[in-house]
Amino acid sequence: MQTKWNRKIAISTLCLTMLAGSALAQGTLRFCLRWEPKTFHPLKVEEDASMAIRYLTGGVLVRLNRQTQALEPGLAESWTVSKDSKQITFKLRGGISFSDGTPFSAEDVAYTVQQLMDPALHSPTGDSFRSGLGNVETKIISSSEISITFPAPVAALDRQFDQVAIMSMHSPKKEMAVLGPFMVADYKPGSMIVLKKNSNYWKSDEQGRKLPYLDSVELDIQPNRDVELLRFKRNEIDLINALDSDYYDKLESTSPQVAHDSGPSLDSEFMWFNQVARSPLPSFKKAWFRSANFRRAISEAINRDDMAKIVFRGHAKPALGLVSPANKFWFDDKLKPIPYSADAALKLLQADGFRFENGVLKDKDGNEVVFSIITNSGNKYRERMATMIQEDLQKIGIHVNVVTLDFPSLIERMNQTFDYEAILLGFTNVGLDPNEQMNVWLSSSENHQWNPSEKTPETAWEAEIDKLMRAQASSADLKKRKESFDRVQEIVAEQAPFIYLMNRNALSAISPNVQGANPVVLVPQTYWNSERLSVKQ
Amino acid sequence: MLGRKLARHGLAIIATALLGGFLAATLVRLAPGFNTDQAQLDPRLNSASLQALKQVRADQNNIFRYYAHSMSRALRGDLGVSLSLGQPVNTLLRQRVPLTLRLVGMGFLLSWTAVLALALSAARLKKSAYDGLATVLSGTLLCIPAAVLALLSVLWNIPGALAIGLIIFPRDYRYTRNLLAKAYTLPHVLAARAKGVGEGRILFWHVFPVAAPQILAVVGVSVSLALGAAIPVEALCGLAGVGQLAWQAALSRDLPLLVNITILVTLATLLANSGADLAGSMWRGQS
Amino acid sequence: MRIWRTIACIVLVLVVGASLAANRLAPGGYAKQYREAVGAPPSHQHWLGTDEVGRDRFARFLYGTRISLLLAPAAALLSTLLAALIGGLAGYLGGIWSRAAMAMTDLFLSLPWLFLLITIRALMPLNVAPLVSALVTFLLLGLLGWSSAARVLCSAAATLRNSDFVRQARASGIQRSRLFWIHVLPNLKPVLYAQFWISIPVFILSEANLGILGLGVAEPLPSWGSLLRELEGMVSVGEDPWKFVPLILLIIVVTSFQLVLSNPDEVAA
Repeated sequence: MQTKWNRKIAISTLCLTMLAGSALAQGTLRFCLRWEPKTFHPLKVEEDASMAIRYLTGGVLVRLNRQTQALEPGLAESWTVSKDSKQITFKLRGGISFSDGTPFSAEDVAYTVQQLMDPALHSPTGDSFRSGLGNVETKIISSSEISITFPAPVAALDRQFDQVAIMSMHSPKKEMAVLGPFMVADYKPGSMIVLKKNSNYWKSDEQGRKLPYLDSVELDIQPNRDVELLRFKRNEIDLINALDSDYYDKLESTSPQVAHDSGPSLDSEFMWFNQVARSPLPSFKKAWFRSANFRRAISEAINRDDMAKIVFRGHAKPALGLVSPANKFWFDDKLKPIPYSADAALKLLQADGFRFENGVLKDKDGNEVVFSIITNSGNKYRERMATMIQEDLQKIGIHVNVVTLDFPSLIERMNQTFDYEAILLGFTNVGLDPNEQMNVWLSSSENHQWNPSEKTPETAWEAEIDKLMRAQASSADLKKRKESFDRVQEIVAEQAPFIYLMNRNALSAISPNVQGANPVVLVPQTYWNSERLSVKQ
Repeated sequence: MLGRKLARHGLAIIATALLGGFLAATLVRLAPGFNTDQAQLDPRLNSASLQALKQVRADQNNIFRYYAHSMSRALRGDLGVSLSLGQPVNTLLRQRVPLTLRLVGMGFLLSWTAVLALALSAARLKKSAYDGLATVLSGTLLCIPAAVLALLSVLWNIPGALAIGLIIFPRDYRYTRNLLAKAYTLPHVLAARAKGVGEGRILFWHVFPVAAPQILAVVGVSVSLALGAAIPVEALCGLAGVGQLAWQAALSRDLPLLVNITILVTLATLLANSGADLAGSMWRGQS
Repeated sequence: MRIWRTIACIVLVLVVGASLAANRLAPGGYAKQYREAVGAPPSHQHWLGTDEVGRDRFARFLYGTRISLLLAPAAALLSTLLAALIGGLAGYLGGIWSRAAMAMTDLFLSLPWLFLLITIRALMPLNVAPLVSALVTFLLLGLLGWSSAARVLCSAAATLRNSDFVRQARASGIQRSRLFWIHVLPNLKPVLYAQFWISIPVFILSEANLGILGLGVAEPLPSWGSLLRELEGMVSVGEDPWKFVPLILLIIVVTSFQLVLSNPDEVAA
């Protein structure tokens, strides 16, 4: 197993080094963060900006290769997971120090895991390890070997350590002492963060040169996408991650070598109807939204091809279900595309007693079908999608009101007052493993958006999803897990609790000055191999 | 006597600013989305962590208690900690106030230089074409969205202060121009002109003194207009000032930050307007 | 000067007339999505091209005129009246009234009204007709937009209060309220005109910005504000100069308003 890994790494690094060319060991990479990072503490990370800092500065035991989607050794030379998926044992590399010179040992791993699993920390990363009640035990076997035992099986246990940046137990600099390729050197709140090369970084390239090649990384805090593009065009920044499709086309038309479309990403755009029994909606509307025929009819009445072509200018694919085809292993390839047909939609609605008269759809009691779709303001793509849905549904006699709300107002309606009819949102930064979506699919969870915190599953299909999700989570057998999760995907396609619309492509822009770049669909798209990037000055 | 009057004014200003802080806190508290955090949508969080996220703002639910508590802390020099940025409000404001002061101050000066130059020369030249041109210019600036002006300033590498100046200029100009034009129709000006008094003398001896108290009021108001213009300009140009901070705080319902920024803005508005009032009434007294 | 006023009047009549004849001038309607011609440049079929979802920009402009050109001046009038009442009365009465009213005005200038608007949106039903939403928005703009003018009016009224002719009128026994309406308010016209004129474009633009709170003119109904927001994607503006047409027309309309409002005696003085 290990030799296979080594060969893979050797081949990919060789390719990258060839790409990197001659101008190595210098340069400053500059790009924009779209929000101020909330924290530099690697275990408290919850949003994109902090995640970017953690990716660039944090040292992890194992690293998920963003290109191959396979695990590679990091601070741990090797690891083994017990059959019951409760225990993992790491063999650590020797002779590694933190950025401030403090030596790295198994003690630091134990310390990090204990900190991470502290219930008072409420870390999203920690929560993804918490599959059952009880304490996590760490056992230091030697200074370079440690085993960690969880109270219950944790699916994809080793993969989850990709998110755990190891902290020093002894360093006076606390979380600012890091094991990653870069370290935070300067922070000007509201404007920029400067990362400097970590001279104690443990990795070297095939020629024995110390990594990273870059001297520093400058991250400008810039929420406005227009300004970001403008600065890219002026050569003031070198990369744009998650480029807007409008801008992609403009860049591609003028300088095709800088615009990159890596194909569908893991992100998905979808809408759902409110099925909460205690919501303040009139009972006839609750009855519509709780009908699978109604939801599927809406799904089939939406022209996804037009949406991909118009809203995303062809840089998106109609979604087939809850997993993007970009998730190579977990995507269920038996799923069929959702057909677009107003006639088929009307047939489904007629089966529920709806009537289409004089261009207006009425339910069996004569109520006209009118509902609102809420989406978050400031996202022009979602606003355009909602406008297109509005026109598509008009064809089957449904009147849709589009309402854009600021995020806090939207979240309150969605999670607290349940005062909404339909919401159009998206998932970004989706993890590869189904376990990371556990709280979306379990009917008892608060993040089970269409009907949160059910005491017992209110429908048979939700009960089945609960069973299948729990089964895949407690199994160490990958094949069995895949079978269970495929079935979940099929149920979701039949019942349409979420009406999946689009998988956006991973678009990026990379200046020709950046060498060694190889954008991928997984986050962080452009700088996933930051240690091997260099910039021609 | 004067000291007591000044002290009374000072107290009134502080009381109004504190009332502003309280009203801001009430508005934020009553607005939907107060108890929410985008992090709540993270599917990895379990229910204990979700509860903990909701508890973060529990001490702010009773707005009276929260405000009393934060005011007593403020007396000790502690303005609380920002919820969205996790840093002390003291530090955030100290870092950002100087930039906003510079930006707003420069924008304000630029606008008023242009206003006085244009309004006085338009009034003096009496050419309707010149006046029409100034009207079209100020109308154009009024019709361009503030966000577009801010973006253009980035595009053309123009300082943010100029963008602020351009945003407030048409408002300042229109009030000032109309006030001066009105003053030209007063009987004593007509009489002076009939006597053959020169245009310069008419403007500076007969027109300007009459319009001055009102123009001073416009100057006072334009401080708060400039502070308002700083929000889009700082947010879009990536300038780390109080305007950018206010925008971030509003989006994340950051109560400690919003309350303190409102108190600060209210204080600035009150000082500018009271100053303008005082100067205006002194002028009136003199003339 | 009178020629310009006449031209301005004609422009306003033409714009209003065109918007009223929108059904005939743009029979396709403002909501129809020409999905095969998205983001198209001006052509025979679409005089101002199409927007990002393929809707005819010319039709949207004409229909948007109905909303913006009707509601924005109405809201501007409301805010001007409020400013006249609050600022004018405060300055005219003087003393404690003036101080209290001006403290309130200063608070009005400083408070984060955004949150009030968010609360009002929450109190409204989600399925509100786009036109009702537009009406509520302009009403709110009118109710909130008076404060800066009130301050200037207060100062102007205070000057008038101490002027000779008001003193004489008061001495001759004219009622205070009558004095205010007949002698004070008409003399505040320059500030009132300025406030009215400034408010029109400001409210048109604010309406579009309130879209982020779920207020304002809801899709698919167009407004001038939403057309002007297209300019915010400035990277594309240089390539699509026809997107400037709504801005140019707004400038022409606003200038026409100013010319119609301006007192010919003052300008010629």
